[in-house]
Amino acid sequence: MSEIPGDLKFLKSHEWARVEDNGLIRVGISDHAQGQLGDLVYVELPEVGSSVKAGTGAAVVESVKAASDIYSPVSGEVVEVNDNLNDKPETINEDAYGDGWIFVVKASDRAELDELLDADAYAELIENEDN
Amino acid sequence: MTEKTVLNATHRAHGARMVDFGGWDMPINYGSQIEEHHVVRRDAGMFDVSHMTVVDLHGARTRDFLRHLLANSVDKLKVQGKALYSCMLNEQGGVIDDLIVYFLGDEFFRLVVNAATRAKDLAWIEQQAKAFGVAVQERPDFAMIAVQGPNARAKVIGLLHEVDRARIEKLGRFAAAAAQGPHGAPLFIARTGYTGEDGFEIIVPQDQAITLWNELVAAGVAPCGLGARDTLRLEAGMNLYGQDMDENVSPWEAGLAWTIALDEGRDFIGRKALEAQKAAGVPRTMVGLVLDDKGVLRHGQKVLTDRGDGEILSGSFAPTLNKAVAFARIPSGAEGDVRVDIRGREVPVRVVKFPFVRDGKPCEGI
Repeated sequence: MSEIPGDLKFLKSHEWARVEDNGLIRVGISDHAQGQLGDLVYVELPEVGSSVKAGTGAAVVESVKAASDIYSPVSGEVVEVNDNLNDKPETINEDAYGDGWIFVVKASDRAELDELLDADAYAELIENEDN
Repeated sequence: MTEKTVLNATHRAHGARMVDFGGWDMPINYGSQIEEHHVVRRDAGMFDVSHMTVVDLHGARTRDFLRHLLANSVDKLKVQGKALYSCMLNEQGGVIDDLIVYFLGDEFFRLVVNAATRAKDLAWIEQQAKAFGVAVQERPDFAMIAVQGPNARAKVIGLLHEVDRARIEKLGRFAAAAAQGPHGAPLFIARTGYTGEDGFEIIVPQDQAITLWNELVAAGVAPCGLGARDTLRLEAGMNLYGQDMDENVSPWEAGLAWTIALDEGRDFIGRKALEAQKAAGVPRTMVGLVLDDKGVLRHGQKVLTDRGDGEILSGSFAPTLNKAVAFARIPSGAEGDVRVDIRGREVPVRVVKFPFVRDGKPCEGI
């Protein structure tokens, strides 16, 4: 289990959000989630310019085992997607908190960030889940 | 209450990710499921299949009993040790379970049936066995390890007692024999499997299973989870009970016509229904699908054809092919474009014959 970076915030459904220096929100799934899903083989990315709503499906990741909706942690407009995942979905398995990011949102309501779990609260959540 | 095989703690110590599999706590993978898939196609991997049910049948009329119980004909089993794959049907021609039967003596046959169907299978077999005076004995004292892959046989044979090696080396496909394993363990070795690769399925007394497993690891056989077993058997064109067929589906509709023996004068359970269905025309057929685009075919997705809708049975990403494949049941006679509804999107797929993979390589046209 890799360390959970302290600058991330989380949804209970295992998506992470990172506030970038330019104020945009980068989104991915946790290392715990990729481990649960197993080898990823396909990522259905949102379209750049599409709008997303906090807590609703914005992307889909498919492992050998199952398909999972990826919820956006915040509402807003998708401004960038990780096209690299089209050819290398396994990047999420290898580096969930780094190169395995999925999309970037320009948030319309930054107060939604306060609703998310911090790294410690998320660590506690997955520890309870494992037991 | 979740059941555990005798190898449960061994799997956990190897770092397996465990899941509930039909009431059994089983390893789904140890690391990468895709790597486990490839190791079986290219070298040798092994699976704990001790959750499967071994049933021994004894009695003077055991062969007669099996001629009645099974849709395939045990009369094909002429040499001791030979095995046969068969469906066990209800009177309506629906599949109660699929199984392997071994001919071990004039009055002794062995069945290996699925884990999830254990209770209903035993009840059915016992009920039918009464009229034939056959004793039905479950063997929970056995564990079972499937060692599969192009190098699987050599790695197993290296662990056997020297006097047994040449004989097991010569063991033909779909045949079984006894042999002595590490530390004198009495093994039942069958050249069968559920991956499309060569290899053995080994029945071993429970108290010697952990030793055998560890000796196999030391011989370079990689522990693999049931996740890889599922993608391997799908690529190999092998059905999974409960997903590809069940009591409401006949073998005609499940790609299992090759397992039905309509031999003269044999009155097996379900025969009348099968013959009636064949005469009337089988309404549905099982086909293979290949998705050349990105995406994954999954169980339960709707299949659209010019003759009406069907559905995907087993579907998955196929690691050997690097794309998704599936079994689907569709209306008989469907032609032309076939599409699958993936989350509201209609995606074109190709209808193909299965298996999708043979001897480690994609089949022609896949």
